[in-house]
Amino acid sequence: MSFTIIGTGAGLPKTIQTNQDLAQFLDTSNDWIVTRTGIEARHICVTESILDIALEASVNALENAKIKAQELDLIICPTLGGDTVTPSLACLIQDQLGATCPSFDLNAACSGFVYGLDVADAYFSRNNDMKILVIAVDAMSKLIDWQDRATAVLFGDGAGAAVLAGGNSLKAIQLTAVGNQHALSIPWPKGNHPLTKNRSKPEPYLLMDGPEVYRFAVAAICNDLRAVTKAAGIELADVDYIIPHQANLRIIEGAAKRLKIPLDKFVMRVNGCGNTSAASIPLVLDELNRNGQFKSGTRIALTAFGGGLTTGACVIEWA
Amino acid sequence: MVLDKVVEILRNYKDEQDLEVTADSTFEELELDSLDTVELVMEIEEAFDTSIEMDGEIKTIGDVVALIEKAIA
Repeated sequence: MSFTIIGTGAGLPKTIQTNQDLAQFLDTSNDWIVTRTGIEARHICVTESILDIALEASVNALENAKIKAQELDLIICPTLGGDTVTPSLACLIQDQLGATCPSFDLNAACSGFVYGLDVADAYFSRNNDMKILVIAVDAMSKLIDWQDRATAVLFGDGAGAAVLAGGNSLKAIQLTAVGNQHALSIPWPKGNHPLTKNRSKPEPYLLMDGPEVYRFAVAAICNDLRAVTKAAGIELADVDYIIPHQANLRIIEGAAKRLKIPLDKFVMRVNGCGNTSAASIPLVLDELNRNGQFKSGTRIALTAFGGGLTTGACVIEWA
Repeated sequence: MVLDKVVEILRNYKDEQDLEVTADSTFEELELDSLDTVELVMEIEEAFDTSIEMDGEIKTIGDVVALIEKAIA
Protein backbone atom coordinates (compact mmCIF):
# COMPACT_ATOMS: atom_id res chain seq x y z
CA MET A 1 0.00 0.00 0.00
CA SER A 2 1.06 3.49 -0.71
CA PHE A 3 -1.00 6.65 -1.20
CA THR A 4 -3.62 8.19 -3.40
CA ILE A 5 -4.04 11.91 -4.11
CA ILE A 6 -7.37 13.04 -2.65
CA GLY A 7 -7.04 16.79 -3.23
CA THR A 8 -4.90 19.44 -4.90
CA GLY A 9 -4.49 23.19 -4.57
CA ALA A 10 -2.66 26.18 -6.02
CA GLY A 11 -1.56 29.58 -4.76
CA LEU A 12 -0.19 32.29 -7.03
CA PRO A 13 0.65 35.88 -6.11
CA LYS A 14 -1.66 38.37 -7.81
CA THR A 15 1.01 40.52 -9.48
CA ILE A 16 1.76 39.32 -13.01
CA GLN A 17 4.82 40.54 -14.87
CA THR A 18 4.91 40.03 -18.64
CA ASN A 19 8.06 39.90 -20.74
CA GLN A 20 7.25 43.45 -21.86
CA ASP A 21 7.28 44.52 -18.20
CA LEU A 22 10.76 43.01 -17.78
CA ALA A 23 11.97 44.75 -20.94
CA GLN A 24 11.32 48.06 -19.13
CA PHE A 25 14.31 47.47 -16.85
CA LEU A 26 16.30 44.66 -18.53
CA ASP A 27 18.02 44.62 -21.93
CA THR A 28 15.68 41.94 -23.31
CA SER A 29 12.52 41.57 -25.38
CA ASN A 30 9.37 39.47 -25.50
CA ASP A 31 10.56 37.79 -28.70
CA TRP A 32 13.98 36.90 -27.21
CA ILE A 33 12.45 35.35 -24.08
CA VAL A 34 9.62 33.47 -25.85
CA THR A 35 11.81 31.89 -28.53
CA ARG A 36 14.43 30.75 -26.00
CA THR A 37 12.20 29.66 -23.13
CA GLY A 38 8.50 29.60 -24.04
CA ILE A 39 7.84 31.92 -21.06
CA GLU A 40 5.44 34.86 -21.54
CA ALA A 41 4.64 35.96 -17.98
CA ARG A 42 5.24 35.09 -14.34
CA HIS A 43 3.61 35.80 -10.95
CA ILE A 44 5.69 37.76 -8.41
CA CYS A 45 5.21 38.10 -4.64
CA VAL A 46 4.93 41.86 -4.07
CA THR A 47 2.37 42.23 -1.28
CA GLU A 48 2.17 38.52 -0.41
CA SER A 49 4.58 36.65 1.86
CA ILE A 50 5.76 33.16 0.93
CA LEU A 51 3.53 31.89 3.74
CA ASP A 52 0.50 33.62 2.16
CA ILE A 53 0.73 31.74 -1.15
CA ALA A 54 1.59 28.47 0.62
CA LEU A 55 -1.52 28.87 2.78
CA GLU A 56 -3.72 29.60 -0.23
CA ALA A 57 -2.56 26.38 -1.92
CA SER A 58 -2.93 24.38 1.31
CA VAL A 59 -6.45 25.62 2.05
CA ASN A 60 -7.49 24.93 -1.57
CA ALA A 61 -6.09 21.40 -1.38
CA LEU A 62 -7.80 20.65 1.94
CA GLU A 63 -11.14 21.92 0.55
CA ASN A 64 -10.64 19.84 -2.60
CA ALA A 65 -9.89 16.79 -0.43
CA LYS A 66 -12.91 17.57 1.78
CA ILE A 67 -10.92 17.18 4.98
CA LYS A 68 -10.12 19.52 7.87
CA ALA A 69 -6.61 20.63 8.81
CA GLN A 70 -7.04 18.94 12.19
CA GLU A 71 -7.22 15.58 10.37
CA LEU A 72 -3.68 15.97 8.96
CA ASP A 73 -1.03 13.62 10.37
CA LEU A 74 1.97 15.27 8.67
CA ILE A 75 2.88 18.40 6.71
CA ILE A 76 5.86 18.23 4.33
CA CYS A 77 6.90 21.51 2.74
CA PRO A 78 9.32 21.18 -0.19
CA THR A 79 10.94 24.62 -0.53
CA LEU A 80 14.27 26.39 -0.91
CA GLY A 81 13.17 28.37 2.13
CA GLY A 82 10.31 30.40 3.54
CA ASP A 83 10.11 33.88 5.03
CA THR A 84 12.22 32.79 8.03
CA VAL A 85 15.05 30.31 8.49
CA THR A 86 13.27 29.20 11.61
CA PRO A 87 10.42 28.59 12.24
CA SER A 88 10.25 26.39 9.18
CA LEU A 89 7.60 27.31 6.66
CA ALA A 90 5.88 23.98 7.37
CA CYS A 91 5.46 24.93 11.05
CA LEU A 92 3.99 28.33 10.16
CA ILE A 93 1.59 26.67 7.71
CA GLN A 94 0.59 24.20 10.43
CA ASP A 95 -0.11 27.04 12.86
CA GLN A 96 -2.14 29.11 10.39
CA LEU A 97 -4.17 26.10 9.23
CA GLY A 98 -4.91 25.08 12.82
CA ALA A 99 -3.30 21.67 12.34
CA THR A 100 -1.48 19.91 15.18
CA CYS A 101 0.70 17.37 13.32
CA PRO A 102 4.51 17.15 12.89
CA SER A 103 5.69 19.50 10.13
CA PHE A 104 8.99 20.08 8.36
CA ASP A 105 10.57 21.68 5.30
CA LEU A 106 12.45 19.64 2.70
CA ASN A 107 14.99 21.19 0.32
CA ALA A 108 15.48 19.38 -2.97
CA ALA A 109 15.12 22.54 -5.11
CA CYS A 110 12.96 22.01 -8.20
CA SER A 111 12.68 18.26 -7.51
CA GLY A 112 11.16 18.98 -4.09
CA PHE A 113 7.58 17.91 -4.79
CA VAL A 114 8.62 14.45 -6.03
CA TYR A 115 11.05 14.14 -3.08
CA GLY A 116 8.11 15.04 -0.82
CA LEU A 117 5.95 12.32 -2.38
CA ASP A 118 8.71 9.77 -1.80
CA VAL A 119 9.04 10.73 1.88
CA ALA A 120 5.26 10.55 2.24
CA ASP A 121 5.28 7.10 0.62
CA ALA A 122 7.67 5.91 3.34
CA TYR A 123 5.32 7.20 6.07
CA PHE A 124 2.40 5.36 4.46
CA SER A 125 4.41 2.14 4.47
CA ARG A 126 4.61 2.54 8.26
CA ASN A 127 0.98 3.54 8.79
CA ASN A 128 -1.51 3.46 5.95
CA ASP A 129 -4.19 5.30 7.92
CA MET A 130 -2.76 8.79 7.56
CA LYS A 131 -3.48 12.09 5.81
CA ILE A 132 -0.40 13.97 4.60
CA LEU A 133 -0.21 17.47 3.10
CA VAL A 134 2.66 18.04 0.66
CA ILE A 135 2.83 21.80 0.06
CA ALA A 136 5.57 22.86 -2.37
CA VAL A 137 6.33 26.57 -2.52
CA ASP A 138 9.12 28.81 -3.78
CA ALA A 139 9.52 32.55 -4.30
CA MET A 140 12.35 32.60 -6.82
CA SER A 141 11.87 36.36 -7.29
CA LYS A 142 13.65 36.81 -3.94
CA LEU A 143 16.60 34.61 -4.97
CA ILE A 144 17.56 35.93 -8.40
CA ASP A 145 19.52 38.96 -9.52
CA TRP A 146 17.03 41.22 -11.31
CA GLN A 147 19.92 42.86 -13.17
CA ASP A 148 20.96 39.55 -14.78
CA ARG A 149 18.88 39.14 -17.92
CA ALA A 150 20.14 35.58 -18.48
CA THR A 151 18.44 34.23 -15.34
CA ALA A 152 15.89 36.86 -14.25
CA VAL A 153 13.52 36.11 -17.13
CA LEU A 154 13.27 32.41 -16.28
CA PHE A 155 11.57 32.31 -12.89
CA GLY A 156 8.34 33.08 -11.06
CA ASP A 157 6.72 32.55 -7.65
CA GLY A 158 4.04 30.03 -6.74
CA ALA A 159 2.75 27.28 -4.48
CA GLY A 160 1.14 23.92 -5.24
CA ALA A 161 -0.22 21.35 -2.81
CA ALA A 162 -1.53 17.81 -2.69
CA VAL A 163 -3.35 15.97 0.10
CA LEU A 164 -2.48 12.27 0.27
CA ALA A 165 -4.36 9.40 1.92
CA GLY A 166 -3.58 5.67 2.05
CA GLY A 167 -4.15 3.98 -1.31
CA ASN A 168 -2.60 2.34 -4.34
CA SER A 169 -2.04 5.20 -6.79
CA LEU A 170 1.74 5.36 -6.63
CA LYS A 171 3.01 2.74 -9.10
CA ALA A 172 6.73 3.62 -9.09
CA ILE A 173 8.98 6.40 -7.82
CA GLN A 174 12.67 7.12 -8.13
CA LEU A 175 14.93 9.85 -6.77
CA THR A 176 18.52 10.71 -7.69
CA ALA A 177 21.14 13.20 -6.48
CA VAL A 178 24.58 14.05 -7.80
CA GLY A 179 26.14 16.82 -5.72
CA ASN A 180 27.30 19.68 -7.95
CA GLN A 181 27.86 23.27 -6.86
CA HIS A 182 28.98 24.59 -10.23
CA ALA A 183 25.90 23.97 -12.37
CA LEU A 184 23.35 25.73 -10.20
CA SER A 185 23.71 27.41 -6.84
CA ILE A 186 22.35 30.20 -4.68
CA PRO A 187 24.99 31.40 -2.19
CA TRP A 188 23.75 32.32 1.26
CA PRO A 189 26.27 34.64 2.89
CA LYS A 190 25.16 35.00 6.48
CA GLY A 191 26.43 36.28 9.78
CA ASN A 192 28.20 39.32 11.20
CA HIS A 193 30.90 37.77 13.34
CA PRO A 194 33.70 40.37 13.72
CA LEU A 195 36.31 37.93 12.35
CA THR A 196 34.36 37.47 9.11
CA LYS A 197 33.19 41.01 8.48
CA ASN A 198 36.08 41.94 6.14
CA ARG A 199 35.99 38.71 4.17
CA SER A 200 34.39 38.95 0.77
CA LYS A 201 30.97 37.37 0.52
CA PRO A 202 29.19 36.24 -2.63
CA GLU A 203 26.00 37.95 -3.70
CA PRO A 204 22.98 35.93 -2.50
CA TYR A 205 21.61 35.37 -5.98
CA LEU A 206 21.18 32.38 -8.28
CA LEU A 207 24.14 31.34 -10.42
CA MET A 208 23.56 28.92 -13.26
CA ASP A 209 25.55 27.31 -16.05
CA GLY A 210 22.67 27.20 -18.54
CA PRO A 211 24.16 24.78 -21.09
CA GLU A 212 25.28 22.34 -18.36
CA VAL A 213 21.86 22.43 -16.70
CA TYR A 214 20.21 21.89 -20.08
CA ARG A 215 22.29 18.77 -20.71
CA PHE A 216 21.61 17.47 -17.21
CA ALA A 217 17.87 18.16 -17.49
CA VAL A 218 17.34 16.48 -20.86
CA ALA A 219 19.27 13.39 -19.73
CA ALA A 220 17.38 13.32 -16.40
CA ILE A 221 13.95 13.38 -18.05
CA CYS A 222 14.88 10.64 -20.53
CA ASN A 223 16.57 8.34 -18.00
CA ASP A 224 14.04 8.84 -15.18
CA LEU A 225 10.93 8.41 -17.35
CA ARG A 226 12.34 5.21 -18.85
CA ALA A 227 13.20 3.91 -15.37
CA VAL A 228 9.89 4.65 -13.63
CA THR A 229 7.69 3.39 -16.46
CA LYS A 230 9.72 0.19 -16.54
CA ALA A 231 9.40 -0.16 -12.75
CA ALA A 232 5.64 0.42 -13.05
CA GLY A 233 5.44 -2.28 -15.72
CA ILE A 234 4.13 0.03 -18.43
CA GLU A 235 5.36 1.63 -21.65
CA LEU A 236 5.87 5.37 -21.95
CA ALA A 237 3.13 5.30 -24.60
CA ASP A 238 0.69 4.04 -21.93
CA VAL A 239 1.07 7.26 -19.91
CA ASP A 240 -1.78 9.73 -20.44
CA TYR A 241 -0.07 12.87 -19.13
CA ILE A 242 3.60 13.57 -18.51
CA ILE A 243 3.93 16.54 -16.15
CA PRO A 244 7.55 17.69 -16.26
CA HIS A 245 9.12 20.34 -14.05
CA GLN A 246 8.24 23.56 -15.87
CA ALA A 247 11.67 25.11 -16.45
CA ASN A 248 12.01 25.80 -20.13
CA LEU A 249 10.07 24.62 -23.18
CA ARG A 250 13.28 23.83 -25.03
CA ILE A 251 14.39 21.31 -22.41
CA ILE A 252 11.11 19.44 -22.94
CA GLU A 253 11.41 19.65 -26.72
CA GLY A 254 14.90 18.16 -26.45
CA ALA A 255 13.69 15.33 -24.19
CA ALA A 256 10.60 14.53 -26.32
CA LYS A 257 12.78 14.28 -29.42
CA ARG A 258 15.19 11.86 -27.74
CA LEU A 259 12.41 9.77 -26.22
CA LYS A 260 10.68 9.72 -29.62
CA ILE A 261 7.32 10.66 -28.12
CA PRO A 262 5.05 13.51 -29.26
CA LEU A 263 5.64 16.85 -27.52
CA ASP A 264 1.93 17.16 -26.69
CA LYS A 265 2.25 14.20 -24.30
CA PHE A 266 4.05 16.70 -22.01
CA VAL A 267 1.76 19.17 -20.25
CA MET A 268 3.48 22.56 -20.52
CA ARG A 269 2.38 25.63 -18.59
CA VAL A 270 5.71 27.45 -18.43
CA ASN A 271 4.24 30.25 -20.58
CA GLY A 272 2.14 31.74 -17.76
CA CYS A 273 4.22 31.06 -14.64
CA GLY A 274 7.88 30.65 -15.66
CA ASN A 275 9.93 28.29 -13.52
CA THR A 276 8.31 28.20 -10.05
CA SER A 277 10.84 25.64 -8.74
CA ALA A 278 9.27 23.06 -6.39
CA ALA A 279 5.77 24.41 -7.06
CA SER A 280 5.76 23.89 -10.81
CA ILE A 281 4.58 20.26 -10.94
CA PRO A 282 1.78 20.50 -8.31
CA LEU A 283 0.53 23.72 -9.95
CA VAL A 284 -0.04 21.81 -13.21
CA LEU A 285 -1.40 18.79 -11.33
CA ASP A 286 -3.99 21.04 -9.67
CA GLU A 287 -5.06 22.66 -12.94
CA LEU A 288 -5.68 19.30 -14.66
CA ASN A 289 -7.42 17.91 -11.58
CA ARG A 290 -9.80 20.88 -11.34
CA ASN A 291 -10.50 20.72 -15.09
CA GLY A 292 -11.69 17.14 -14.59
CA GLN A 293 -8.99 15.67 -16.84
CA PHE A 294 -8.13 12.87 -14.40
CA LYS A 295 -10.47 9.85 -14.40
CA SER A 296 -10.11 6.62 -12.49
CA GLY A 297 -7.18 4.82 -14.14
CA THR A 298 -5.62 7.92 -15.75
CA ARG A 299 -1.84 7.41 -15.79
CA ILE A 300 0.31 10.42 -14.89
CA ALA A 301 4.10 10.57 -14.93
CA LEU A 302 5.87 13.33 -13.02
CA THR A 303 9.51 14.15 -13.83
CA ALA A 304 11.54 16.76 -11.99
CA PHE A 305 15.13 18.03 -12.04
CA GLY A 306 16.89 20.86 -10.28
CA GLY A 307 19.55 22.22 -7.98
CA GLY A 308 21.57 19.71 -6.02
CA LEU A 309 21.68 18.37 -8.63
CA THR A 310 18.56 16.36 -7.86
CA THR A 311 16.02 14.50 -9.97
CA GLY A 312 12.83 12.63 -9.19
CA ALA A 313 10.15 10.89 -11.20
CA CYS A 314 7.08 8.78 -10.51
CA VAL A 315 4.08 7.11 -12.09
CA ILE A 316 0.68 7.71 -10.52
CA GLU A 317 -2.58 6.04 -11.47
CA TRP A 318 -5.51 8.26 -10.52
CA ALA A 319 -7.90 6.55 -8.12
CA MET B 1 35.73 12.65 -41.72
CA VAL B 2 34.51 13.99 -38.38
CA LEU B 3 34.07 17.44 -39.90
CA ASP B 4 31.90 16.08 -42.74
CA LYS B 5 29.61 14.30 -40.28
CA VAL B 6 29.41 17.35 -38.00
CA VAL B 7 28.50 19.56 -40.97
CA GLU B 8 25.80 17.08 -42.02
CA ILE B 9 24.31 17.11 -38.48
CA LEU B 10 24.46 20.90 -38.40
CA ARG B 11 22.70 21.23 -41.78
CA ASN B 12 19.97 18.86 -40.61
CA TYR B 13 19.67 20.73 -37.30
CA LYS B 14 19.20 24.05 -39.07
CA ASP B 15 17.20 22.39 -41.85
CA GLU B 16 19.37 24.20 -44.42
CA GLN B 17 21.10 21.71 -46.72
CA ASP B 18 22.99 24.42 -48.62
CA LEU B 19 24.43 26.05 -45.49
CA GLU B 20 28.03 27.19 -46.01
CA VAL B 21 30.07 25.76 -43.14
CA THR B 22 33.82 25.46 -42.53
CA ALA B 23 35.85 24.49 -39.48
CA ASP B 24 36.31 28.20 -38.81
CA SER B 25 32.57 28.97 -38.77
CA THR B 26 31.54 30.25 -35.35
CA PHE B 27 28.27 29.35 -33.71
CA GLU B 28 27.54 33.07 -33.57
CA GLU B 29 27.94 33.39 -37.37
CA LEU B 30 25.66 30.38 -37.78
CA GLU B 31 23.07 32.17 -35.61
CA LEU B 32 23.16 29.47 -32.94
CA ASP B 33 22.71 30.56 -29.31
CA SER B 34 24.11 28.76 -26.25
CA LEU B 35 21.20 26.31 -26.03
CA ASP B 36 21.40 25.57 -29.78
CA THR B 37 25.10 24.85 -29.28
CA VAL B 38 24.47 22.40 -26.45
CA GLU B 39 21.61 20.71 -28.36
CA LEU B 40 23.86 20.35 -31.36
CA VAL B 41 26.73 18.98 -29.26
CA MET B 42 24.33 16.41 -27.76
CA GLU B 43 23.27 15.29 -31.25
CA ILE B 44 26.89 15.06 -32.35
CA GLU B 45 27.76 13.04 -29.22
CA GLU B 46 24.95 10.60 -30.02
CA ALA B 47 26.10 10.26 -33.63
CA PHE B 48 29.64 9.42 -32.54
CA ASP B 49 28.51 7.47 -29.46
CA THR B 50 30.79 9.45 -27.19
CA SER B 51 30.64 12.39 -24.82
CA ILE B 52 32.75 15.52 -24.61
CA GLU B 53 33.43 18.03 -21.85
CA MET B 54 31.89 21.42 -22.54
CA ASP B 55 33.89 23.18 -19.79
CA GLY B 56 36.19 24.95 -22.22
CA GLU B 57 35.12 27.60 -24.68
CA ILE B 58 33.43 26.13 -27.73
CA LYS B 59 33.22 28.89 -30.30
CA THR B 60 33.71 27.24 -33.69
CA ILE B 61 32.71 24.07 -35.51
CA GLY B 62 36.42 23.21 -35.51
CA ASP B 63 36.45 23.34 -31.69
CA VAL B 64 33.73 20.66 -31.57
CA VAL B 65 35.48 18.55 -34.23
CA ALA B 66 38.73 18.67 -32.23
CA LEU B 67 36.97 17.57 -29.02
CA ILE B 68 35.21 14.71 -30.81
CA GLU B 69 38.43 13.56 -32.49
CA LYS B 70 40.15 13.56 -29.10
CA ALA B 71 37.26 11.64 -27.49
CA ILE B 72 37.15 8.88 -30.12
CA ALA B 73 40.92 8.60 -30.65
